[in-house]
Amino acid sequence: AALNDGLRSQVSAALKEGRVTPTELCQRCLALIKSTKFLNAYITVAEETALKQAEESEKRYKRGQPLGILDGIPIAVKDNFNTAGIETTCASNMLKGYISPYNATVVQKLLDHGAVLLGKTNLDEFAMGSGSTDGVFGPVRNPWSYSKQYKEKSVPRSHSEDEESNWVITGGSSGGSAAAVSSFTCFAALGSDTGGSTRNPAAHCGVVGLKPTYGLISRHGLIPLVNSMDVPGILTRCVDDAAVLLGSLAGHDPKDSTTIQDEFKPFELPNLTDVSKLSIGIPKEYHAPGLSSEIVALWSKAADLFKNAGAKVVEVSLPHTRYSIVCYHVLCTAEVASNMARFDGLEYGHRSDMKDSTESMYAATRREGFNDVVRGRILSGNYFLLKQNYEKYFVKAQKVRRLIANDFVKVFRSGVDVLLTPTTLSDAAPYMEFIQEDNRTRSAQDDILTQAANMAGLPAISVPTALSERGLPVGLQFIGRSFQEKQLLTVAKWFEKQVQFPVIQLEEVKRHDNGVFQHQKSASFS
Amino acid sequence: QKVSVEVLDHLEHLALVDFRDSEGVERLQKAIQFADQLHEVNTDGVEPMDSVLEDRWCLYLREDDVTEGNCTKQLLENAREKVEEYFVAPPGNIPLPKLEEREAFLQGS
Repeated sequence: AALNDGLRSQVSAALKEGRVTPTELCQRCLALIKSTKFLNAYITVAEETALKQAEESEKRYKRGQPLGILDGIPIAVKDNFNTAGIETTCASNMLKGYISPYNATVVQKLLDHGAVLLGKTNLDEFAMGSGSTDGVFGPVRNPWSYSKQYKEKSVPRSHSEDEESNWVITGGSSGGSAAAVSSFTCFAALGSDTGGSTRNPAAHCGVVGLKPTYGLISRHGLIPLVNSMDVPGILTRCVDDAAVLLGSLAGHDPKDSTTIQDEFKPFELPNLTDVSKLSIGIPKEYHAPGLSSEIVALWSKAADLFKNAGAKVVEVSLPHTRYSIVCYHVLCTAEVASNMARFDGLEYGHRSDMKDSTESMYAATRREGFNDVVRGRILSGNYFLLKQNYEKYFVKAQKVRRLIANDFVKVFRSGVDVLLTPTTLSDAAPYMEFIQEDNRTRSAQDDILTQAANMAGLPAISVPTALSERGLPVGLQFIGRSFQEKQLLTVAKWFEKQVQFPVIQLEEVKRHDNGVFQHQKSASFS
Repeated sequence: QKVSVEVLDHLEHLALVDFRDSEGVERLQKAIQFADQLHEVNTDGVEPMDSVLEDRWCLYLREDDVTEGNCTKQLLENAREKVEEYFVAPPGNIPLPKLEEREAFLQGS
């Protein structure tokens, strides 16, 4: 069986042929969610509604009228997307108990295609963070912490030392979604990506993470962080599956005026065999301080892979790369200051008991509802937006943003088709180590390789490449031209086929496996 | 160059969010320091960028037709304090207590 094309040629085929039913699939995923509860990937499991959706799907298959490839497929959604009738918390006290009155457009589209919504996944509070460690429901654990591959490589300091203290983070902020896909509890998941929040955890959890071009997929119903950069993200186990999800989600939405009006045509990915006409750019500034030597080696090996197959591989320069994080810091906090103003306790969410005045109620509500990270960004954002600072910081950052976006335009204009870069600075850190530094420092460090693509609105994808010396996944990133997702994914799929990233070996999954969950094992790249 | 207590107080009023402790104030100081790196970049003659879609997309207006609504009951469900079809707020036009009167941290700075 092919490693690629899980949804179309394996699961969907099995459903059509009746080898497995949507209800069986749903039940197995729900059981697996229960037995992997220690990962803390899910905030809400919508068991009843999921089983109902599976039942409806089964009826359609029996009639021979499935809605498409996604009919009956269990998926998970990050908990910052509105889901009608299901609690949406953004992992914050501010929205605990908030039951969405509507579905985000992307959620509605998935349901219209027959997908089965298993539940809402865990994240950093309001998607602010790069570890999925700062939400009110606790941190998400990377499934690879419990893999045979990681356990074999870790040296216990003493016999009594628990694997409890050794577990590694998922990365973030869409860590729950990445963990859910990685541990086979769903076949695909939605994340969001503002500075790398889909690609970062994808790389750490060994799954595919796609950030589409800004304006391609509707943000209606995605609780906003940075309106000019947010996009819904797609997490899957292979590149073909990402293309399937993209096909069902992309396109103009009248409810989101930042989606482009051009018609989107869903596509199947060709099996590229000849890369001689391809030009791959290697941006030298992505050799960032702190990049692990392991990842430098893998990056180099990947470039050689393309070169040896006949592609043109050139070093390019994106001179303003190192300012992208600073620029993001200002623009993000400014937009956050504005977006978070809606949380005042009046119409939804947490409301303080303070009654003295409107302002004091708002202040108390926000004091009680937001964590330090969120409050810190709101205050910084307000600072940069003060009359005396507006030109100096906010407008200045907007100018630098143009310079960053122009860097990419120049490089793509020079004939480069796709850029190849690392996704993260290293493999996943142990939780105990990660929390030594504060959220802002961590985000600044971890977002360095992913953030510029958000700044310029470009599509980017992280593809699992190899296991590190510690037995943990490492991903590499491809950045493409605006709205050229087909080209980007075609190259990514070719690369995925070459590297043959190993399947995670989890005890939990072995117990529930029936072959539909796992693809064939294969030799690894490293 | 430290941020003055007046500005900190002003920010707490604007944001309706508190610094809570010295750590919160330090966080802002570090954020400003970090942002100051922007001034190393020469942006002479560069226009600010509002949106990456500026070339492609003109914000369009749609027809002034009612296409959805009538969901008052649904919208009120998530509010804690309501009366008939109103959201209920405490009395407005009462400013937050002045710095001297607040129990907030900034008093101690």
